[in-house]
Order: sequence, then C-alpha cells, then structure tokens
Amino acid sequence: MTRILDSKLIQDEVKDLFIKVNTCLRPDILSGLKLARKKETSEKAKYCLDVIIKNASIAKKKMLAICQDTGMAVVYLRVGQSLVVKGDLKKSVAKGVALAYKKGYFRSSVVNDPLIRKNTNTNLPPIIYTDIVPGNKINIKVVAKGFGCENVSKIRMFKPTDSVSNIEEFIVDTVKEAGSRPCPPIYIGIGIGGTLDKAVSLSKEAIFRPLGKSSKYKHIAQLEKSVLKKVNSLKIGPVGVRGNTTALGVSVSTYPTHIAGLPVAVNISCHATRTAEATI
Amino acid sequence: MRKIFLPLTKDIIKTLKQGEQVLLNGSFLTARDAAHKRLTDTLKSGKRIPVSLKGETIYYTGPTPAKTGEVIGSCGPTTSSRMDSFTPLLLKYGLIGMVGKGERSKEVNLAIKKYGAAYFITIGGAGAYLSEKVKSAEVIAYKDLGPEAIYRLTVEDFPAIVNIL
Repeated sequence: MTRILDSKLIQDEVKDLFIKVNTCLRPDILSGLKLARKKETSEKAKYCLDVIIKNASIAKKKMLAICQDTGMAVVYLRVGQSLVVKGDLKKSVAKGVALAYKKGYFRSSVVNDPLIRKNTNTNLPPIIYTDIVPGNKINIKVVAKGFGCENVSKIRMFKPTDSVSNIEEFIVDTVKEAGSRPCPPIYIGIGIGGTLDKAVSLSKEAIFRPLGKSSKYKHIAQLEKSVLKKVNSLKIGPVGVRGNTTALGVSVSTYPTHIAGLPVAVNISCHATRTAEATI
Repeated sequence: MRKIFLPLTKDIIKTLKQGEQVLLNGSFLTARDAAHKRLTDTLKSGKRIPVSLKGETIYYTGPTPAKTGEVIGSCGPTTSSRMDSFTPLLLKYGLIGMVGKGERSKEVNLAIKKYGAAYFITIGGAGAYLSEKVKSAEVIAYKDLGPEAIYRLTVEDFPAIVNIL
C-alpha cells in the first residue's frame, strides 16, 4: 500500500544517526575491544586498549566525538517503491548531516573540490547511494569513516583463475602495508565479485555486519576465519605497539561476477568503526 | 611513566629510549597537511613563517570544535606519514619533536637522527580521552584553515610512546 512520508522525518533520522555513530561506539565493537584486552599479554598493548575503551566511555558520557576525524558522511538509502516522499529526499539527507555535524560539534572535514581544497565548513556534501526495494518503508544506513583507514584501503582485479590463497595474500599484504596508520585493531570489510565499483561497495557495507557474526556461506566463513588468523599473526597489535590483536574481525561480502574477472576490495576500518541504521 | 617537560631539548632527547612510554607536559603546536604545505611553500619562497619552529614540537591533529565551556574538542593524532615529505625541511628550521600516529618514511627516520630530534606516537582514535589532557588551546596562525589551523596546546600528562630517535 502506498505510504506518504514527510522528508523532515528522514532529515531528523539522519541527524540522529550521525550524532549516535560519532559519539556512541557500536556495542559489538566495544565488546570486541574488551575481549582483545583479555587476550593481550604485553603491558603496552593492554595500556593502549584500556585507553581506547576509556575513550569510548568518555565520548558517550560527554557526547563528544570518539575520534576527531568524524568522517565524510556516507548514507545508503533503500527506498520502498510504494513510499512517496513529501519534499526533497536528498536535500533532507544533506540537511540532516549538516545539523548533526553542527549540533554534535563534529569536525568539518570536507573540501569543496579535490584539487582546490577549500573546506565547505558544513561537512557537506554527503555521499548518498539510493536503491529502490519492495515495500513502503525507507531503510537508512550511515557510515562516518575516518580517512586514516580509508587511505590504506585497496582494490585489485584478480584473474578468474587466481586462487583463494592469492586473495588471502593480497588482503594480508594490504594490512601489513597499512601498519599502524589505520588505528588498529581494525575491522576488515572485504568485497569479492561484481565489477570494480561493486566490489568496493560490498567492502564498504560489509562492516555493518555485527562483529563475530560469520558469513552464511561456508566457504566464505572459512575465508574470513583464515584471513583473521593470518592478519593477527602479523602482530602489529593495538596502536601498532605489537600485540595479539591487529584485527577484531573480517567480514566478507560477495556478488556474482564476470567470467573474465575476480575483483577484490579491502576496506580497512579503524577500531572506531562508526555505522548505524534505522528503518522508517 | 616518566613525565617529559616541553620544550624538548637535545639533552632530554638523549635520555629517551625507543618504545618508552612517557607523559608530555608543557606546550606544543598543532599542524597537519594544509599547514605543512603552507609552511613549506613559505619557507621555500624565502619568506618568514608566522611561527618559530626552533625547539618546537608539532602534534599532528585537527581537532573537532570545542563545546561551550570546553578547552578543545576531540583531538587524537592523524596519520604522520602524510607529513613525511615536509618534515626534513621543518627539522632543518629547528623543529625537534613530533607527535602523531603510524610509521614514517626512511627519509624522515634519517632526518630525525641527523637533527637529534624525536618522534612520538600517541593513541589513534582516542580523541575524546586525549582532549582531557589539553588544558589550553589557542589558534596562533592560519586561522582560515579551520580545523587545520596552527594551534598552541598546553597539555598535562599527555600520553606518548617514543617511536623514532
């Protein structure tokens, strides 16, 4: 049945989601950090994790940004085909972002042009992906990702005949090369399949999956487990001070692909992985 | 953890050990990408820069805005390696300490040794925690750069780990 929704409600939801992600660490990530703390043996690694855990509680209590890099706002909209939005959908999303960054005292980290580089001072524009789905609701997913980890993310176009171990090697090398730059312990989102852009998109959305939850496909769950083990044997550790936990988890998303290709994208997300979603 | 009082001197740096956890006390400057570029461009063109780097320590950060009544917002370290291409010149002009996160290039490692400087890392992604260590914050140059302006921060027991000497 057709439903009418005022875009102001979408604006408010976007605003609330961005305030939430930037100040309240995801409960699964926090649990993962606490578990990692138990697994560390070096005093330095324990200390770093203690500070990171304390940081989350200070941020929540003071409604202060978990990290000063409050990201470029990425919003995924899945709009039910029977939903009629009253007002301008994309403008409402942008307004929600601007309000969240102003009210939350978050950093304006967006420049108007990648080469001219003048700060827009509003954290606008956001990046909005829209999809049309059955139903009369709207699902809104948001990501505030810092660029320390964005800058070390990668994509490679493998040959269809390359092996799973080639893929694992690429992921592990990407993490190794990133070192302590992306603020470990990290959460690794992997996208395999589709096209160049689809693989990246999959890797981006993969980090929404709750930490500790494996892929529903047996062979993919096996890959996740294997990569996590290999990445942690790098011993980069929290903050890069050497330790047992370099990554909290690995989440792989897949999609059918072309006979001639095998795209693999590695989206590295810091320990302050900030995602949230809501459905109206 | 040993307290280290800023400004750093070569004598203080001689007492530091690689991997040592310390608490920084005193004041340092902040600068990140845009400020580094502007400082370097100015120095290369033979003009004077608005701050003296002699004996200074730079913390790589771009804080969130301070809420009313607060000194500063969230202020964790940003990735130091993006500053690598600018660092040797700043060391030549007297910079002696750097605080950030992550590895540095071979050139920066060599330049740090050459000038007897020190590079510390602090805890990335702990901007809320670190904000409580900042006792005063004042923009001293490049105000137009917003979060990338050069601030002078006074800190108390700011945690850092000696990374490169």
